[in-house]
Amino acid sequence: MNFELLIQLIINGLIVGLLYGVIGMCFVLVYKSTQIVNFAQGEFLLIGAWVCWASLIYLELPFFVGFLLSLAFMAGFGVLLQMIVLRPMIGEPIISVIMVTIGLSIFFQALMKWIFGVSPQSYPQVFDTQSINIMGLNVEMAYLMSTVIALIIMVAFYLFFKHSKHGLAMRATAFDQQAAQSLGVSVKHVFAMSWGIAATVSATAGIVIGMVNGVSDSLSIMGIKVFPAVILGGLDSIVGAIVGGIIIGVLENVAEFFDSQYLHIGNMYDIAPFYVLLIILWFKPYGLFGTQDIERI
Amino acid sequence: MSSLTMRPCGDFRTSYKQDNTIFETKTIRWVTIFTIIALCFAPLVVDGYFITLLIQISYLGIAALGLNILVGYTGQISLGHGAFFGFGAFASAWLNTSFNIPVFLCIPLAGFLTMGVGMMFGAPAARIKGLYLAIATLASQFIIEDFFARADWFSGGSSGSMANPVSLFGFDFDTDQSFYYIALFSLVFMFIWGCNLMRSRDGRAFVAVRDHYLSAEIMGVKLNKYRLLSFGISSFYAGIGGALYAHYLGYVSAEGFTIMMSIQFLAMIIIGGLGSIKGTLMGVIFMVFLPEVLGTGVGLMKMTEWGNIPMVVDGLAYIKEMAIGLVIIGFLIFEPEGLAHRWAQIKNYWKFYPFAY
Repeated sequence: MNFELLIQLIINGLIVGLLYGVIGMCFVLVYKSTQIVNFAQGEFLLIGAWVCWASLIYLELPFFVGFLLSLAFMAGFGVLLQMIVLRPMIGEPIISVIMVTIGLSIFFQALMKWIFGVSPQSYPQVFDTQSINIMGLNVEMAYLMSTVIALIIMVAFYLFFKHSKHGLAMRATAFDQQAAQSLGVSVKHVFAMSWGIAATVSATAGIVIGMVNGVSDSLSIMGIKVFPAVILGGLDSIVGAIVGGIIIGVLENVAEFFDSQYLHIGNMYDIAPFYVLLIILWFKPYGLFGTQDIERI
Repeated sequence: MSSLTMRPCGDFRTSYKQDNTIFETKTIRWVTIFTIIALCFAPLVVDGYFITLLIQISYLGIAALGLNILVGYTGQISLGHGAFFGFGAFASAWLNTSFNIPVFLCIPLAGFLTMGVGMMFGAPAARIKGLYLAIATLASQFIIEDFFARADWFSGGSSGSMANPVSLFGFDFDTDQSFYYIALFSLVFMFIWGCNLMRSRDGRAFVAVRDHYLSAEIMGVKLNKYRLLSFGISSFYAGIGGALYAHYLGYVSAEGFTIMMSIQFLAMIIIGGLGSIKGTLMGVIFMVFLPEVLGTGVGLMKMTEWGNIPMVVDGLAYIKEMAIGLVIIGFLIFEPEGLAHRWAQIKNYWKFYPFAY
């Protein structure tokens, strides 16, 4: 057994898992406050990464200016999307809401391919060193940065929801929409804000992943990979999303390890999370931390 | 699904049997029969390309009707229909080449195999519903797709598998014109079956499960049984559609049956109208002609002064994809009940003309 490889893969899994956690958090945020399952989550990553790339290459801005610019763009984009497309869908059946987000996902994926082409593009060099050595393990600098960014985002989420007025309003809306409304919370603003935040934070994740692997439309697959993570954690639990993300990140790497060493089935990296997803749904339909529905007539 | 169409004056129903006919009025019955007879003569009149489109409408229509039974009538969400369609295609080719079963028997057998697989993956529906079910079927889409790429014995792996043309009593249906009749017959047969299913006890149970599953359970409808049965029937339809597709093209490869195909099936039934058999066909026709119309549109643009914009001419594939996305969003926002509903409204408008307001 090749322990060094296994540990390396587990570390990679943890790093990728944290990013899944961040994307999952946005997903849960949108689900909790607006009851919409966002199949276009991956496209937020894609659009954010492409906008940032375009601002660096075509406008030749310095990295942090371009980064902040694309985040601002994504915040506006998320709010507009909610106002124009998703507001009319309030109160429609689940299938309609799912299909609208799927429609958005198809549209933006094709649009990005149309504008930017299908070949992957890489960001200009941001960090001086490519990889550093921590306790005998090679960790890419960009990965390290992504971990730091993911942790910062998580802490920021915690502080926002715990200690800010808007965060309180969002929690109230998620808990009971009507009660929140009657106490003066503008549900409209909360909905728009949650989409804005989700788009911005996902775009950050997209840019971080783009720095490591280059930008291409495979980024939007992240939006689908996040499903096993949030289902494992429970669709409406932010902590669950992070835990689920980390578990899925580690799991796919471990599955890849056993596959390449012993089983030789192939493609385990992409498929293992979905098997896990089905098994979880059999035994714990509401995930690890999700609230169980109790139904009455 | 209750229809909005008004009955003509004097058409009273005095028994349940009369109220439960396949066709609402005599006119509708005769129009349908004449349409089918007219379609039989289509190969003599229209050109070959149009026939290929009609065949496409047939096999996609059968599969889409299956999805509508599951989503529109039973209220379960499936994002894996494209994979079941593909399973039917591979299963039929596999049965034919490996066991030398005649092709016309392979098609229904492939349907039953797909039904088994569909019920296996639909089994979580006994416990979960709504969003969770949507995501579970999404997982099954990826798992089945992965199976196609891997199972060389079944699907031929990356090289795909060959499917022989349908042959009956020594006659090979290997041209578009002859296969058209097989496709048309299957379409009519499966649609009549679908109509009849919805008039039966099981069909009413499906609708009850959709409308209020708790009440349905209290009234004695076995929820698990009907959810699973609905998955089975829907996959059966998908399998038949897929098998027809395989024997029409003569070659099946795993690349076609992606999540995009599942989404297109969902788009068809949403555009046509959830819970409407007539609407299913309208949606399929819409989705088959949409890329054709766009292609013609871009072709016409090439002749004008805008024609030399490379972005538009080269990006046709992307424009088609974007159009699918836009059409889904547009229909859900502006006409969530689909073309069937719009059709009923148009009909009513002319029925009451000039007093409709």
